[in-house]
Amino acid sequence: MKFAVIVFPGSNCDIDCFKAVEETIGQSVDYVWHTATDLSGYDAILVPGGFSYGDYLRCGAIARFAPVMSEVVKAAEAGKFVLGICNGFQILTEAGLLPGALLRNRDLKFLCHQSPLEVVNAATPFTNQYTQGEVISIPIAHGEGNYYCDDETLERLKANNQIVFRYANDENPNGSLHDIAGICNERGNVVGMMPHPERAVDQLLGSEDGKRMFTSILNAWREQHGAAVNS
Amino acid sequence: MAQQLTAKEPTAEQISEQKIYQQFGVTDQEYELVCGFMGRLPNYTEIGVFSVMWSEHCSYKNSKPILKKFPITGPKVLMGPGEGAGIVDIGDNQAVVFKIESHNHPSAVEPYQGAATGVGGIIRDIFSMGARPVALLNSLRFGNLESDRVKYLFEHVVSGIAGYGNCIGIPTVAGEVMFDESYEGNPLVNAMCVGLIDHDKIQRGVAKGVGNPVFYVGPATGRDGIHGATFASVELSEESEENRTAVQVGDPFMEKLVMEATLELINSGIVLGIQDMGAAGLTCSSAEMASKAGNGLELYLDEVPQREEGMTAYEMMLSESQERMLFVIEPQHEAQAREIFDRWGIICAKVGKVTDDGRLRLFHQGEEVADMPVKALVDECPVYNKPSKEPAYFAANAAINTAAYSEVTDLTEALQKVLASPTVASKEWVYKQYDHMVRTSTAVPPGSDAAVVLVPGTRKALAMTTDCNSRYVYLDPEVGGAIAVAEAARNIVCSGAAPLAITDNLNFGNPEKPEVFWQLEKSADGMSEACRVLETPVIGGNVSLYNENAKGAIYPTPVIGMVGLIDDIDYITTQEFKRGGDAVILLGDTHAELGGSELQYVLQGKAEGRPPGIDLAVEKRLLDTVQAAIRGGLVNSAHDLSEGGLAVALAESCFGRGLGAEVNVATELRGDHALFSESQSRILLSASQESKAELLALLAERGVPHVEIGTVGGEELVIKVNGKPGVKTQVDELRKVWKDAIPCLMK
Repeated sequence: MKFAVIVFPGSNCDIDCFKAVEETIGQSVDYVWHTATDLSGYDAILVPGGFSYGDYLRCGAIARFAPVMSEVVKAAEAGKFVLGICNGFQILTEAGLLPGALLRNRDLKFLCHQSPLEVVNAATPFTNQYTQGEVISIPIAHGEGNYYCDDETLERLKANNQIVFRYANDENPNGSLHDIAGICNERGNVVGMMPHPERAVDQLLGSEDGKRMFTSILNAWREQHGAAVNS
Repeated sequence: MAQQLTAKEPTAEQISEQKIYQQFGVTDQEYELVCGFMGRLPNYTEIGVFSVMWSEHCSYKNSKPILKKFPITGPKVLMGPGEGAGIVDIGDNQAVVFKIESHNHPSAVEPYQGAATGVGGIIRDIFSMGARPVALLNSLRFGNLESDRVKYLFEHVVSGIAGYGNCIGIPTVAGEVMFDESYEGNPLVNAMCVGLIDHDKIQRGVAKGVGNPVFYVGPATGRDGIHGATFASVELSEESEENRTAVQVGDPFMEKLVMEATLELINSGIVLGIQDMGAAGLTCSSAEMASKAGNGLELYLDEVPQREEGMTAYEMMLSESQERMLFVIEPQHEAQAREIFDRWGIICAKVGKVTDDGRLRLFHQGEEVADMPVKALVDECPVYNKPSKEPAYFAANAAINTAAYSEVTDLTEALQKVLASPTVASKEWVYKQYDHMVRTSTAVPPGSDAAVVLVPGTRKALAMTTDCNSRYVYLDPEVGGAIAVAEAARNIVCSGAAPLAITDNLNFGNPEKPEVFWQLEKSADGMSEACRVLETPVIGGNVSLYNENAKGAIYPTPVIGMVGLIDDIDYITTQEFKRGGDAVILLGDTHAELGGSELQYVLQGKAEGRPPGIDLAVEKRLLDTVQAAIRGGLVNSAHDLSEGGLAVALAESCFGRGLGAEVNVATELRGDHALFSESQSRILLSASQESKAELLALLAERGVPHVEIGTVGGEELVIKVNGKPGVKTQVDELRKVWKDAIPCLMK
C-alpha cells in the first residue's frame, strides 16, 4: 500500500505523519509537494497539520488553491482514502470535500493536551479496528478547531453516520457543535479530524490509541484487495 | 519622502557640534575614539553603525569583565561562546546546540510581538549553526498578577510565544514563570532553543574567501526595529511606549520557510559562512562575519530587498526586520543556492562581496556612503570596569532572623496558600497554549522537573530546564547564583539525565549603578563556582542590562538554561508518585531557612534575611548518587525540592496520578520550618519496597543524608511532624487549589 503525505509551505506535522505510517504499519510513504499534479500512484493521502501558507487568512483558505488539491479531490472521487488531520481537516472543509467549517476555539486560545474521544462510527476505513462507543485518548493542538455547520447539515451528518469522533467525558475543549471532533464524507472514504492520531502511536509519548487508525486504513485497503488482516 | 529623509540627516559636523551621537547612546569619549579609528568625523550612517556595534547588546562592553569569570571549556564542548550558539557532544557523531536570549524591553511595550520575535530570534541562532531546532523553552518574570497591566502583559507574552512556536512547528516543552512586584513594568522574557546537529555539519559565521559573493536571504527589509539593540541597552521610561517602532514584527511562517531552505542549503555542503541577522541586523551580521575571517566586506545597498520605498543606508543597516540571514558561498554555487530558495519561495539577493582590506564599505545609489574599519566596529569598543559597591540592603537584610517569625500552626492552610501563589501554582494555563508535542519526540511534557525530548533514531534523550530563584540572588547574589545552577542540575538529574552544560541569561538593572554592578559580579562568581564543581561549562548566553522600573532595578535574575543527556530512555524519570505502597525517601538535610522562600513571600509579602545556604560538594555528591540510583533502576519517582520546600514537593508528587501519601517528619525544627524551608541539595524519591533496601544502602555508602519518611497510597496527603498532625487533606482538593489559581486570576 502506498501513502502520500502532502507538504504545503507551513505544514509542520508532515514528518510526524510520515513516521507514524512507517512505524505503525510499515507501508511505503512519500512526501508530496504542494505543486504536484499527479497522485495516481497512491492509495491513501494524508493532509497533515500545521499552518499552511501561515494561515494568516481563514485556516486552509489558501491551501485549497494549491495545485495538488485538485488531485486530492480526484483521489477522493476515485474512492481512495483521504485523511485530513488538524490543518488538514480545515483544508478539506475549505476544499469542499467535507461539510462545515472550523471556527476559532470558544476561549480564543490555542489548546494542546490529550483529549478523550468517543469513536462514534467504527465502520469507516479509518476506524474499523476500534469498537463502537470506545473512548480513546488522542491529543489536540489547535487554535481553530471549533466545528460548525448548519442544522440541516448536522441532521444529515447524524442520519448518514458521518460523525466519526466526538469529544467524550463532557470535555469539549473548543466549543464544537455536538462535540464533533471528526467527520467523514457520505461515502466514508474521506475523514477530517482535529485531534492528532499520528501523535498517539507510542506509549512513551503519552498514548498509542492512534495506532489503530493506521492499522484500520491498511486493513480496509487489504479487504478491498482481498487480503484482510487484523491488527 | 526618501529625499526628505536623506536631506534631514545631519552632517558629520552637525553630529559632532550638536552631540547628536548622544541620542544613540554614544558617550563623548566613545565618539572621540570613533573619530580616531575613522581618521575623520563619521557621517550619520557610520555613527549609527558604530552606535549599535558598541551598544551593550552587541559589544558586552559592561559585562565582558564578568563573562570572563565563567568556565567555558569541557571535554564535551565542541563550541563555546562567540558563535550563534554553543555546541556539546552527545556521542555517535551527534551534538546538541542551545542558547537562551532575552527580549525584555520589546515585550514590555509590545508583549505579543516582543515575545514572538524573541522566539524567532533564538530559533535562527540555532539553525544558522546548521542544527535542526527540536525544542523551545522560556523563562518569564512578571509583576504581581493581581494587577491589570501585569495580566495584560502575561496573557500577550504567552500568546506571542505560542503564536510563533506553534506555527513554526517546534515544540515548547518547558519553562518557568515567576511573579513578583520587582518586575512591575519591566517583565523578563527569555527564550531558549535546543537543536540537534551532526558534527560535520557545524557552521560558523565567517566571511571566507576574498572575492566570494555575500547573499541576503529572507523577507525584505523594512523600517521596523531600527535601533532595537540600542533600545535594549537603556532603561525603560514613560516615553518607551513611543518606542514601539523599535519593536519588530514576527512572521513565523516566513521563518519556517527560511529555516527549511537554510538547512537544505547547509546540508548541500556549499556554505562557507552563515549568520542570522539578529540584533543590529545587517550591520552586526556583516561586521561580525568579516571580523571572524579577518576580512572586509562591501555591501551594495541598492540590492538589499526593501519593503518600503526610499529607505536610506542608515535605515537599512539598522533595521531589525525579522527572519533574515546572510551567507557566503563560492560564486560557482550560486545557481544551486538559488534553486533551493526559489523552491521555497524565498527572496535571495546577492548584496555584497568579501574583500581583503578589513573595511566595511557601503554603497548606495552610486556612491560610497560609509567606510569603516571592521576591527574597530567589532573589537575596539572600550570595555568598562564599572565601579562596584555592596548595597546597603545587603548587610541590613543579613541581620534579619527569619527563623524568628511567629510560628504558622495551620500547616494545611499554609500549604494551600503557597500552592495558590502564582509562582508555585500549576502553569497548565500557560503550557496548554503551547504545542509541546509537535515533532512527536516529547517524552516528558511541561510540568515535571525537566522536559525530556527523544533523540530520533537512538535510545538517547535530552533533558532540559530553565531555572532561577531571583529572590535568593537578590538576598545574596553569590549564593543565589550558585543555587540557580545547582537547582537546574537537580532538575536535570531528577529526570534521569547527566548535566552537560548551561546557557545563561543575565538579566540585571543598570550596570552604571555600583550596587547593580556588584550584584552582577557576585552572582557571576557564584554561578562560575557552581559550574566548575558540577562540571557544567557555560557554552553561551545573553546579557540584558538596564532592566529597571520606577522603583529601581529588578531583582538580579541570572536565568540558567541547562541541558542533560539521558543515555537510555529506560532512565527517564518523572516527579509523580507511581504506585501505592512505594516508600517515600527524603534526601539531604533540612535547616530553618525561610529567607527568600515562597512561604515568606506569601505571608510577609517580601524577600528578606539570608537565602538558603549551599555546599556545592554536598550537591555534587547528591546528584551523582541520584544518577546512580536511577541508572540502577532503584527509583520510581524523583522530585527536586525548591519553592515551597518539602510540603510543596510532596503535594506535586501526589498530583500527577492523584496518588496520596502518608508521611511523618521526625525533626528538631518547628513544623512550619520543617515543611516550608527551602534548604538546598534535597530531593524526594519514591521507590518500590523491593528496591528500597538497595537504594538505602547506596545512599548510605555514598554518604548522602537520607530518611525514609512514609509511604505512597490512598487519596489523602497526610504529613505529620514528630507524629503530630500537620497537613491532612484530600489530594483532589489540594490539586484544585493549585490548578485553578492562575485561571481564576486571569478570568
